[in-house]
Amino acid sequence: MLPAVSAERDLRLDLFRGLALWLIFLDHIPSNMVSWVTIRNYGFSDATEIFVFISGYTVAFVYGRAMRERGVIVGGARLLKRAWQVYVAHIFLFTIYMAEIAYVAASFDNPLYREEMGVFEFLKQPDVTLVQALLLKFKPANMDVLPLYIVLLAGFPPILWLMLRQPTTALALSVVLYSLAWHYGLNLPAYPSGTWVFNPLAWQLLFVFGGWCAISGGDRLRGLINSWLVMVVAIAYLAFAFAITMTWYFPPIAHHVPRWLSEWMYPIDKVNLDVLRFAHFLALAVLTVRFIPDDWPGLKSRLLRPAILCGQHSLEIFCLGVFLAFAGHFALIELSDGVGMQVLVSALGIAIMVAAAAVIAWYKKVEGRSSGPRPRPPDATLAGGGA
Amino acid sequence: MRRSVGLLAVLVSGLLTSAIAVAGEQKLCDVPEHLVDAEYAAPQAAAAIAAKRLKIVVLGTFSSVTGGPFKSYPTRLEEEMAARLPGVEVSVKSLAKPGETAATAEKMLEQVIADERPALVVWQTGTVDAIRGVDLEDFRIDLSNGIETLHDAKVDVVLMNMQYSPRTESMIALGSYAEAMRLVAVQYEVPLFDRFSVMKHWNENGTFDLYAATKKTDVADRVHQCIGRLLGGQIVEAANMAAKPGKDGN
Repeated sequence: MLPAVSAERDLRLDLFRGLALWLIFLDHIPSNMVSWVTIRNYGFSDATEIFVFISGYTVAFVYGRAMRERGVIVGGARLLKRAWQVYVAHIFLFTIYMAEIAYVAASFDNPLYREEMGVFEFLKQPDVTLVQALLLKFKPANMDVLPLYIVLLAGFPPILWLMLRQPTTALALSVVLYSLAWHYGLNLPAYPSGTWVFNPLAWQLLFVFGGWCAISGGDRLRGLINSWLVMVVAIAYLAFAFAITMTWYFPPIAHHVPRWLSEWMYPIDKVNLDVLRFAHFLALAVLTVRFIPDDWPGLKSRLLRPAILCGQHSLEIFCLGVFLAFAGHFALIELSDGVGMQVLVSALGIAIMVAAAAVIAWYKKVEGRSSGPRPRPPDATLAGGGA
Repeated sequence: MRRSVGLLAVLVSGLLTSAIAVAGEQKLCDVPEHLVDAEYAAPQAAAAIAAKRLKIVVLGTFSSVTGGPFKSYPTRLEEEMAARLPGVEVSVKSLAKPGETAATAEKMLEQVIADERPALVVWQTGTVDAIRGVDLEDFRIDLSNGIETLHDAKVDVVLMNMQYSPRTESMIALGSYAEAMRLVAVQYEVPLFDRFSVMKHWNENGTFDLYAATKKTDVADRVHQCIGRLLGGQIVEAANMAAKPGKDGN
């Protein structure tokens, strides 16, 4: 007997994924004052954790149901199709990036920056670069999240199969893989050197954990989440992370961090999803779930509607955000990089993301209604938004 | 604002020998003091200054290569140090090579120590590693090993991070490499010359237009002059901190 998956879509997931997409957009514009509002400046984890966790949750929710209703093969095939869609989106973004970098390379000349011109080197050997990009080994700056997501989706069918039968075994295996990746320093290779910026073998933990919460863990954790002790620990940990983060921006107070603590704590490894980051995300999640119930009336308010809309079409909006970050940086350096302009570019970017999400939602609704005699599979709209 | 900064400069000039002589020109390179604070002491440099003979070696990449079309910052650093330390024989030698990563620089350190016997090494790095996407953990380990090698040989280190380049900012992911350098500097208590923040400040304040596409070297020349000057100030401050313990710049 397979466990039942709750039928209602949890709007909180869309809300926070939408917010995470906005934060990722803001963080991707270099030298943007507005990015001071994003959570990475106030603790260990950042929007990437939120995005990966919620993606794991929704993917397990949507495709788990497909697997139960239509069988393992169909569910697995849909997952792979989704991975393919993300791959195509990534290559599309890569093309935009190439166009931008080729333009800058052709117009840029300054004796001060002969070293930095090295970033254009790969344009001289497109034969190698393009193949490496298609293999997901060559990933330009800020284009590391989608490749991670592709690998996570493509590897998910067997995990989901197991999770529907033995959820906790699946989670335990994920922890084992995470530990092995840490212990043996396992990661996927990158081009021209080094390894992946987001190690899929480590980050899968958050993704699988998200899936586990969707399939079975959500109910099991309820008692823990509502416990008074857990709340105190979570708040204390967030306060600690906040204090440590402040020492990064105000070096003089860094002297107050005891030496044993910094030796134990640093480096806080983003590549391999440091335990401190994972714990920070957990603390945030626990407080969020505790203080924002899923029937919170605010979720239906007009104010939060834009973020929820973005979260419901996350693949499209994520890609748009990466593109807008390029374009926004371009506008800042070409026109003006004053604070006013930074605020304008940030606000405009988010407005465009919201508008695009609204158009996509409208289009899907229209399509859903007018699609001929054959009814669409029940999870089609969810699947569209489910990644 | 300017006036109060000037007043403050006069007040602290007792600590900074002969700072007043260059104060007029220094205005050009002006940055908030916290950007160029030494934070940590340079005891070997202090001893060398006391012995009236200070040798500095610069390791790094293209932006540290001397003998280009303009006077680059190692040359300017030598001028600056000589002006700040009258009576001390100062020499700055650049062993920087284009395209050098932290790993390749680390490998040549023992040879450099044996050949040059410097009191202090300015280790400029990060750009090439970021462009090539060198494994971040490897980068951190190479930096740490290098600093340990230098400290074992009783040589001071000043780390210098990347240039700020508005045009390529969205293309080279400098952030995590700059962060790794900051962390290693704190861990080993060595001064970090935050070139990135300094240049960014200049760009934001309009001191220099770092965005312009040009073949001319005049801006590059002045940027390097200012970097040499500020770096010299930071090294002298670090040496003073070692010479007068308790008066650290915090």
